[in-house]
Amino acid sequence: MSNDLGAGRRASTATPAQARDDARGRAGTAVEAMPYLPPSSSPHVPDGVDPGDLVWAETVAGPGYAHATLARGSRIRLEDVTGDACAHVVLVSALQRSERLNVADTQKIPWQAYLGAGHPLLSGDGRVLATVVADAADGRHDAFCGVTTLASNHARYGAGEAHSATPAGRELLRLAAAKEGLAPRDIPPSVSFFKGVRVGADGALEWTGGAGAGAAVELVAEVPLTVLIANAAHPLDPDDRYRTGPLRVHAWAAAASSPADPWWTATPERARAYLNTQQHLLARGIR
Amino acid sequence: MTVTWATYEAGYFDRSEAYVAGAAVLDHEIAPRAGWSAVVRAGHVLTLVDVGGNQSGDCLIYDAVDHEERYSAQATIAAQRNAYLVEGSVLLSDEGRALMTVVGNEVERQDTIGGACSKESNTLRYGHHTMFHHACRENFLLEGARHGLGPRDLVSNINWFMNVPVEADGTLGIVDGMSAPGKRVALRAERDVLVIISNCPQVNNPCNDFNPTPLRAIVTDPEGRA
Ligand SMILES: [Zn+2]
Repeated sequence: MSNDLGAGRRASTATPAQARDDARGRAGTAVEAMPYLPPSSSPHVPDGVDPGDLVWAETVAGPGYAHATLARGSRIRLEDVTGDACAHVVLVSALQRSERLNVADTQKIPWQAYLGAGHPLLSGDGRVLATVVADAADGRHDAFCGVTTLASNHARYGAGEAHSATPAGRELLRLAAAKEGLAPRDIPPSVSFFKGVRVGADGALEWTGGAGAGAAVELVAEVPLTVLIANAAHPLDPDDRYRTGPLRVHAWAAAASSPADPWWTATPERARAYLNTQQHLLARGIR
Repeated sequence: MTVTWATYEAGYFDRSEAYVAGAAVLDHEIAPRAGWSAVVRAGHVLTLVDVGGNQSGDCLIYDAVDHEERYSAQATIAAQRNAYLVEGSVLLSDEGRALMTVVGNEVERQDTIGGACSKESNTLRYGHHTMFHHACRENFLLEGARHGLGPRDLVSNINWFMNVPVEADGTLGIVDGMSAPGKRVALRAERDVLVIISNCPQVNNPCNDFNPTPLRAIVTDPEGRA
């Protein structure tokens, strides 16, 4: 759980003036999970990134959620600060809301079930929404299990509501979606970073856990993109105490993928996915 | 040239019969390449017959009243801790609640990770010359539109009679099927559900042996007099 350092009664709030003084006196409190404004003021600027290029900097509480709509070419870094985070991610095109992450195509088109560096995150429209361009998490990710539900968290932890200490991933995604003008029907199957699952020949799922504190992945937005993130315990996490930890998010202005990037031509299927994306943007005058 | 081949009748076809006894509520042959949908009432059993063998039946399921609650491959897979559907698999919604249960299954395992084919993904998988091949996503959109559903309502689906192995290094793909003419799967509705099926028109991979054939859908009321 995130702490609420600085919360609670401090002084008399009997009059508006006193209440205003009290409210204003609370600002400036630094806690572990909070957004950094302006983004260039982040105390955790990723190595090699010019702080002036940052467009989003936030430490997401565990459990918690975050969301943003980003320009094409934004590079998004997610970091599992303590090794206990799990970032459930949904991507929706900001150009047309009906185009969103399609997990089946994301696994089927590259002929690869497991996410890693160079993996395209595909929409159901034959295009690349984002590319996993760096993986410093040893491939400990999952595209099979999605998020927990209110029902499953009630059964396992006794509660799953957003206001509880053990919120379901889906409840958090519903809120992130709503803040971006999206409805529950806009939440398709998601991908999960920092907690791994492997599938046996008989289909049985094996939990492989996380890669430890400091694990990170980086994505590049290939189209103008709405990103929804729920930081919540993975459905297969064996820790009955609801494992969760802070998730650090940074995004900065960079470049979308180009034919010079090795993942563009890694397989013929991916090359055609990038070509479809390129044409989709060209037609709209987006370069 | 637009590819339109399909086999509507053949000597090897086996139309079988309903998996459970009871009153026939509905009995429909889904033509090769076509879409189909029906509301299946709580307690009724939907038998799907693979008439020609190895014919993928792409399937989406919704709560009949609240379409926002729909089948979730991920919730289903996570709850049973297995990527494949077999007899006893409970098909869960995105809210983690039961929509249907697999009460009968005559093939080794059923797929829910391979997703549906689409004109768009066909261009990635096989080349841009396949753009005008009909696809399951087209069937889902047209059949769904009859119930007020659109592209925002399409999610990872089930592929009855399709075979998708996952190898140790994560390599996965649609390979030759394990079904045969007359093989069945039977689903009991745990509440009133809307079932949409696309009889897969794909002719670029073995999900239907490169030859679209019919599927027979029978809804039975086990409580009713046969
Ligand atoms: Zn298909």
